Amino acid sequence: MVKIYVPIDSTALSLGAERTAKKIMQEAQARGIEITLVRNGSRGLFWLEPLVEVETAQGRVAFGPVQPSDVAGLFDAEFTQAQADQAKAHPLYLGLTDELAWLKKQQRLTFARVGITDPLSLEDYLAHDGYQGLKNALAMSGTDIVKAVTDSGLRGRGGAAFPTGIKWNTVLNAPAEQKYVVCNADEGDSGTYSDRMIMEDDPFVLIEGMTIAGIAVGATQGYIYLRSEYPHALKTLNEAIRKANLAGYLGDNIQGSGHTFHLEVRRAAGAYVCGEETSLLESLEGKRGLVRFKPPLPAIEGLFGKPTIVNNVISLATVPIILDKGAQYYADYGMGRSRGTLPIQLAGNLKQTGLVELAFGATLRELLYDYGGGSASGRPIRAVQVGGPLGAYLPESQFDTPLDYEAFTKIWAVLGHGGIVAFDDSVDMAKMARYAFEFCAVESCGKCTPCRIGSTRGVEVMDKIVLGKNHPQNVQLLRDLSDTMLNGSLCALGGMTPYPVLSALNHFPEDFGLSNKEAAA
Amino acid sequence: MDNTLSHKQHAQIQAHIQAHQHVPGGLMPLLHAIQDDIGYVPETVYPEIAKALALSVAEVHGVVSFYHHFRTHPIGKHVLQICRAESCQSMGSANLEADLKAKLGVDYHQTTADGNVTLLPVYCLGNCGCSPAVMLDDEVYGRMSAEKVADLITEVCHG
Ligand SMILES: NC(=O)c1ccc[n+]([C@@H]2O[C@H](COP(=O)([O-])OP(=O)(O)OC[C@H]3O[C@@H](n4cnc5c(N)ncnc54)[C@H](O)[C@@H]3O)[C@@H](O)[C@H]2O)c1
Ligand SMILES: Cc1cc2nc3c(=O)[nH]c(=O)nc-3n(C[C@H](O)[C@H](O)[C@H](O)COP(=O)(O)O)c2cc1C
Ligand code: SF4
Ligand code: FES
Ligand code: FES
Repeated sequence: MVKIYVPIDSTALSLGAERTAKKIMQEAQARGIEITLVRNGSRGLFWLEPLVEVETAQGRVAFGPVQPSDVAGLFDAEFTQAQADQAKAHPLYLGLTDELAWLKKQQRLTFARVGITDPLSLEDYLAHDGYQGLKNALAMSGTDIVKAVTDSGLRGRGGAAFPTGIKWNTVLNAPAEQKYVVCNADEGDSGTYSDRMIMEDDPFVLIEGMTIAGIAVGATQGYIYLRSEYPHALKTLNEAIRKANLAGYLGDNIQGSGHTFHLEVRRAAGAYVCGEETSLLESLEGKRGLVRFKPPLPAIEGLFGKPTIVNNVISLATVPIILDKGAQYYADYGMGRSRGTLPIQLAGNLKQTGLVELAFGATLRELLYDYGGGSASGRPIRAVQVGGPLGAYLPESQFDTPLDYEAFTKIWAVLGHGGIVAFDDSVDMAKMARYAFEFCAVESCGKCTPCRIGSTRGVEVMDKIVLGKNHPQNVQLLRDLSDTMLNGSLCALGGMTPYPVLSALNHFPEDFGLSNKEAAA
Repeated sequence: MDNTLSHKQHAQIQAHIQAHQHVPGGLMPLLHAIQDDIGYVPETVYPEIAKALALSVAEVHGVVSFYHHFRTHPIGKHVLQICRAESCQSMGSANLEADLKAKLGVDYHQTTADGNVTLLPVYCLGNCGCSPAVMLDDEVYGRMSAEKVADLITEVCHG
């Protein structure tokens, strides 16, 4: 019986994958062709979604994008025998999925299984190297597990890039009866969706990573703090957790090891600031998401005052492969102090958007043009925002910057969570600067003045600049205000809003009604 | 829209309060459970929540009002969220937003005259690879135009 794959990932669903799947079932039945329909994750080639794959002796063959109206024609072309000449001649035929240039050049470590397996099949997960990391971890001491994570060079993929092993070591060495592992699945950054893809398309890898974290530092309870905008991820995670419990991969006495780890998903409620780790912990405790002063760090006094690991989804989902293949295997990828791979998310005005996992070091230009295929509109790409709404806007002259934490810091930009949003030349950068302030004002937790008041003042100043009132004075005011927010804010919401604002002003002064010379002054 | 709770709704809320009373950090999951069932968090039940969770009414109010997701009044039968964040802006979401507001005859946080659709802003739906994106109830839709959204509303809300 031929196996046909139709993704169940939200992005594929957002383009009609559900209807395509139904139509394939109906058509197969009507024609008396027996098929097994597998709902896999997305391979991450979003311009080809819904991407339908057919299993053959040579490997999986892709067709896409497949709309319900294409399905009858595909059956007419006998696409279920995908290597037949007739199927190959079909306009939606793409060839062997693994040979597609987009996928072939990638280094998929964290995303090794994404799009390949059925997300909720534990059998599939095990058959594709799942739970090998945990198996190794169970034979190691906590100290050795933490050392492996440290040696791998893994740094926090939520954006701040703090070494994960060092954070774990702090929790390991904090004496306490109760410790926690908290997964930050708030994914508030616009232009990013890699956390969502892991949770929807390979949830067991996150569960495995959190379990290893718990065993390493002696934490018996884990929480996944999930943004409320992700209902599909919620369902998938809850079902995967149920299955892991049933199979003895969660709960008491995991795989007969004597270790305990319980896991629960908690829903956020639409506050961007709750992605900030201390605000997140307040929210988990059932309070308003006001940012806490640091220190104490969550690693020392976190959830309910106990030592807590707070890590991003991608950081945690990368732990299993490190424990499976070894720290060195992971550290061998990358450049400089940015070791391993980064799941990059291409978004915005690009012809080809989707997920690209690569070793650190590729340039922005490669991502935008080789992978992205240039702008979707066909107009020149003028500005690119990297690292979410608190990330800087980069002009064309910076497109050769390699994706590396330090290289980005050097040009006053941030790599963050790896989201890349492209804008064509119709963008008005003054509007984008105004929007950055507006967003900060909407999302500010209100605890400190530079952010709470500064963001609203920023919107007003931008309005005046756009109207051309008292130009030089207002631009100076904009700079002063940004300076106050940069230096005086308690957290990075207020503290980094000047990144998009000042980068827009400095790289695109003409949009603020300034000549280059005036802007430099 | 009617703001008084039926007996059934009140019983549902009671059951949720009991279930979350002893859950660590149980207030957020409790508020979600109530809003999932009733459609909003009625202010009239704050005292009961406060009592069960050993909080003050002001604290309950503080939490509900802090989070964009929670609302204290009934809304339309369906919720349409339009993404306002950067990726969607780069693909023309500002026009989509303006066209939809005009088509539906409402601004953000308002409900259409027939009580069918409440319009809300949202900052990223994690569908930035297919901007502009909208979410209708629990489903996200990509590469949208005002016409496509109007068709969706007809299909989902009047179908
Ligand atoms: N992913 C998203 O959706 C998103 C959204 C907004 C911002 N961000 C990112 O968040 C970043 C800021 O985050 P932050 O304020 O948490 O950064 P931070 O530098 O304060 O902390 C980074 C992490 O390291 C930990 N840490 C620091 N020193 C430590 C030590 N000595 N021992 C143990 N742990 C230690 C912190 O507790 C935290 O978990 C920004 O750079 C931005 O890119 C991400
Ligand atoms: C305003 C703000 C929002 C944040 N949102 C997120 C988020 O949505 N997801 C995330 O993983 N980290 C977010 N962070 C970073 C977290 O505070 C923290 O650094 C991270 O969860 C640590 O995990 P990591 O070391 O694995 O990256 C945010 C920070 C700030 C200041
Ligand atoms: S910078 Fe803004 S969000 Fe952060 S603590 Fe201050 S007021 Fe709250
Ligand atoms: S009140 Fe927080 S910085 Fe002034
Ligand atoms: S920016 Fe609109 S879905 Fe992410």
